[in-house]
Amino acid sequence: MGALEKLYYSPAGKAIAGKAGLKEPPRLRRGREWPQGPIVLASIGGGELAAETMRLLGRSTEAPVVDEGADAPGYGSRIGALVVDATEATSIAQLEELRALLRPAVRSIERSGRIVVLARPAAGDWESRTVSRALDGINRTVGKELRGGATATLLYVDPSARAGDLVSTLGFVLQGRAAFVDGQAWTVAGADQPAESLQARPLDGRVVVVTGAARGIGAEIARTLARDGASIVAVDIPPAGESLAAIANEVGGTALQLDITADDAGRRLAEHVAQRGESIYGIVHNAGITRDKMLVNTDAARWASVLDVNLAAQMRINEVLLSADIPGGIADGGRIVGVASTSGLAGNKGQTNYAASKAGVAGLVTAMAPDLAARDITVNAVAPGFIQTEMTQKIPFVQREVFLRSNSLSQGGLPVDVAETIGYLLDPRSQGLTGQVIRVCGQNLVGA
Amino acid sequence: MTHNAVVIGGNRTPFAKAGGPYAEASNHDLLTAALDGLIARFGLAGERIGEVAGGAVLKHSKDFNLTREAVLSSALAPSTPACDLQQACGTGLETTIYIANKIRLGQIDSGISAGVDSTSDAPIVVSDSLRRTLLKANAARSAADRVKALAKIRPSHLKPQAPSVAEPRTGLSMGEHQALTTERWGITREAQDEIAAASHHKLAAAWADGFFDDLVTPYLGVPRDAILRPDTSVEKLASLRPAFGGPRGSMTAGNSTALSDGAATALLASEEWAAEHHLPVLAKVVDAEVAAVDHPGGDDLLLGPVAAAGRMLARQGLSVADFDLVEIHEAFASTVLATLKAWDDEDYCRGLGLDGKLGTIDPSRLNVTGSSLAVGHPFAATGARIVPTLAKLLHAKGPGSKGLISMCAAGGQGVVAILEAV
Repeated sequence: MGALEKLYYSPAGKAIAGKAGLKEPPRLRRGREWPQGPIVLASIGGGELAAETMRLLGRSTEAPVVDEGADAPGYGSRIGALVVDATEATSIAQLEELRALLRPAVRSIERSGRIVVLARPAAGDWESRTVSRALDGINRTVGKELRGGATATLLYVDPSARAGDLVSTLGFVLQGRAAFVDGQAWTVAGADQPAESLQARPLDGRVVVVTGAARGIGAEIARTLARDGASIVAVDIPPAGESLAAIANEVGGTALQLDITADDAGRRLAEHVAQRGESIYGIVHNAGITRDKMLVNTDAARWASVLDVNLAAQMRINEVLLSADIPGGIADGGRIVGVASTSGLAGNKGQTNYAASKAGVAGLVTAMAPDLAARDITVNAVAPGFIQTEMTQKIPFVQREVFLRSNSLSQGGLPVDVAETIGYLLDPRSQGLTGQVIRVCGQNLVGA
Repeated sequence: MTHNAVVIGGNRTPFAKAGGPYAEASNHDLLTAALDGLIARFGLAGERIGEVAGGAVLKHSKDFNLTREAVLSSALAPSTPACDLQQACGTGLETTIYIANKIRLGQIDSGISAGVDSTSDAPIVVSDSLRRTLLKANAARSAADRVKALAKIRPSHLKPQAPSVAEPRTGLSMGEHQALTTERWGITREAQDEIAAASHHKLAAAWADGFFDDLVTPYLGVPRDAILRPDTSVEKLASLRPAFGGPRGSMTAGNSTALSDGAATALLASEEWAAEHHLPVLAKVVDAEVAAVDHPGGDDLLLGPVAAAGRMLARQGLSVADFDLVEIHEAFASTVLATLKAWDDEDYCRGLGLDGKLGTIDPSRLNVTGSSLAVGHPFAATGARIVPTLAKLLHAKGPGSKGLISMCAAGGQGVVAILEAV
């Protein structure tokens, strides 16, 4: 830690920084914690889906305060979340109803509170399609205006989805698990999920492979999924074997020292799992490398290694694990999760190779999803933004501090935030999500 | 009730030169690391294993319960019992035999055999006279007597005594003993250097091939065996000066094992236990034997394994030619060469009380992934290194493939065992 950094983090430094407008970032609610204050439920146009889902989740709800022209309308005390069912909202005029709900709620929302809007994906006439898109603009803006670690989320709910299909999603968004997911929108489709509440250990007895598990985000993914009941196969390159073994033992899983770029990587992975008489429920392709250089200095070797490790290797492994005749492969009803990056979605100076690979991951999951739908295998990706790891600690202090604060939550995410989002995608009840990329970036200021 | 004792797999740390990257690691640290890698490979965290048997040749007195303490530091269930065994360089094989025998008798259904040595963590002891003086002071009844006793301590008493590798009965070091054997059996410098170069080349090829990815877990940032010199050659080795056998001796630092640090483990079980736990079964432990020679009476110190192998093979009705793979511990290149010559020497074998010579083997079946000259030789660990390595090699060759392990040990002893792929 340099002198400047030490000063910055000292009590005196913090006081000065605070005076200068650099406030201590809010501490986020994490884990399976629900909001502290009441969850307020509202409907525009009479949709009942959110209400049914909340009943399944076993959370009581309260009626909303609506802005009807009074000065500074509010709730009087803090509310934990506002859930708006806008699945029946189809006209521009109905957007005013949303404004009237949001205004008091934004004023009264607690720290790490949630604003969640359920809407229909773009469909129907011109106006209803327009409304669907307008809601996205509202969601992104509310995310940027909320303070104290509160977040906004827009859920596009396909008409085929029922309350049971939404339980894992609304549970994730309202709980602390979605701490660093802000200003995002994604789609949930119908998948005939049972009308049941959240499961405490949704991955109980299921084998999940995590690549790059020896440290950083991968290690945290292994821990989080093991907490959710998964039997972890922790994979990393042989030179990382010592910390890999420590993680595997910590989570009661197995360690497999394997270079994922090896020609036979998929086969060896399947053999490891088949040996134990199991098949793979989920695989998290977390392993990745960076070889940063400006494009003018990027040679073929830097290009090739990043593309191979971050993208081509997982494609090859998926192909092997998905071949129907391989013991120890991915079973029907399974899960594939890729790890993209906001660098890939938005572009990042000095990372052409990395951006190519990470945008490629987003492309890969979109491409694979429809082809695997018949086998009930979902394929999704998370796209982390600035996540604080040992690796990011090496970025020079001032630059790092700027990166950390360049999002709506004014702080870097933690590895667990990425892990929790992956856990949500792996949840058997998240069957209605496929081909999607969820950003875990605190609504990073750059990117789509 | 008898069972098959099968080798499921193994794990070791990379081996490194004494005083090198593991200079700060104790036997306890090394053994714990090797155990934890094994536990992770086979998903045994929190599991109670029947017994863990391990040992070290160079051991501090405080480490009287070395293996049990390492188990407690590891991810195994604390209810896993352990014991320490020691049979010089044969320790890692002797612990395997001990565990295999218990499994075969049905006393345990799973076990881990292990060995560790750190010449960096060698116990340094004080002189006997100081020990006697301190004991006297401790036994003194009055303060005056105690002061009187302590007053007898002389500076010379404080000189530490490092452990010696000399044979207590002959005063000769192991290398000096082996130099006599080298001379007696007419083993050339060229032949020794060829063995050494081949050991490095075979080990390097195995590493490059990923063979050790499921046998070794890195430790303290050392990703692979640190003694290995992939680019060594007979020519380079020929330039080294003799280390044993006088100025005209043929044994050098290049064709003798280096003092090393490292730990190795092997997981054994009954076939039933392996099946219940969905674990791979590589090879079964078929038989084992220990023998000794009268080296104070002039016998070759490190040819103890010849009699052991002869008796074991006779019992099994096998000749050395029946083995698909043979592992002869490379204490020195000339040990391997003398062993091969002794196997094929009718008179020598009859002199050991055997019915005749053991025969010859195809050199392409010997130490196919390299041995101690290239890997290193943390004394007690070597046996537990060889067992899973050979089991994996035999398994790849197919069921019924047989392998022979021959290890020499201090005190004129030899330990041998047979593995057979299942």
